[in-house]
Amino acid sequence: MTPLAGCLLVSSMLFAVGLAGALTRRNTILVLVGIELMLNAANLNFVAFWRFGPHNGASTGMIFGIFSIGVAAAEAAVGLALILAVYRHTKTTDLSQLTGRPQ
Amino acid sequence: MSLMSATFFILAAITLVGACAAMMLRGLVHCALAVAIAFAGLGTLYLNLGAQFLGLAQLLVYVGAIAVLIVFVILLTRGGDSDSPPLSRAALPITGLLVAACIFAVLAWAVFHSFAVHSAVPLAAPATVRELGTVLMADYVLPLEVIGLMLTAALIGAAIIAMREKQATQ
Repeated sequence: MTPLAGCLLVSSMLFAVGLAGALTRRNTILVLVGIELMLNAANLNFVAFWRFGPHNGASTGMIFGIFSIGVAAAEAAVGLALILAVYRHTKTTDLSQLTGRPQ
Repeated sequence: MSLMSATFFILAAITLVGACAAMMLRGLVHCALAVAIAFAGLGTLYLNLGAQFLGLAQLLVYVGAIAVLIVFVILLTRGGDSDSPPLSRAALPITGLLVAACIFAVLAWAVFHSFAVHSAVPLAAPATVRELGTVLMADYVLPLEVIGLMLTAALIGAAIIAMREKQATQ
């Protein structure tokens, strides 16, 4: 197994774990954590293709990874603030109680 | 075609175990700790791959800021009293796990059947912080400014969103 294949496999495992968490957990914070994990998996792909890809020499992959980390930081801050606002409104972070259906 | 190092396997195992624990543990604080471990494992994985600046940025931003932010939100929303089971009783978890497993199978199939994986190419030289800064300031000035603006807007927006209820009650 080449290093690129190993990196991509680890990244796809991380993506699958994050997706499974985002789809199955009922707490909004953990759903956001699952989304963060998926984003990190994409970041690992950028680094892996920068390191082992055919078009090396340019540091485009790393630059994109840096920007991606910045966007992820903004996303996490706004997402967690939204969770706080929703919690103040409804007093719950359980997704199954936030669907708007009568309980 | 060089084989992979043992450190890569160890770091990948730490990352994946941390991610799985973050998605499976019952207590929310334990989940936050596990996801911090997963982020730290990813950062060291970047360092192992030769991306020094990105690895340190990952450690600073994710372990230093986002994990702490998650812990703050868990404590502010009193997440410790999570009596409900992590997986609901409906058929939804089975569907979610099945979808994730299918997507992983498709991704692994694509990885093993791609031509780029099997072509041996010389390694890229590890980018030093100096040349990274030069590239960032010369070729990517506009995206840098845009992301600075976006981070400022996100900071102000997050503060306003999290503060609004308190102002309304006063």
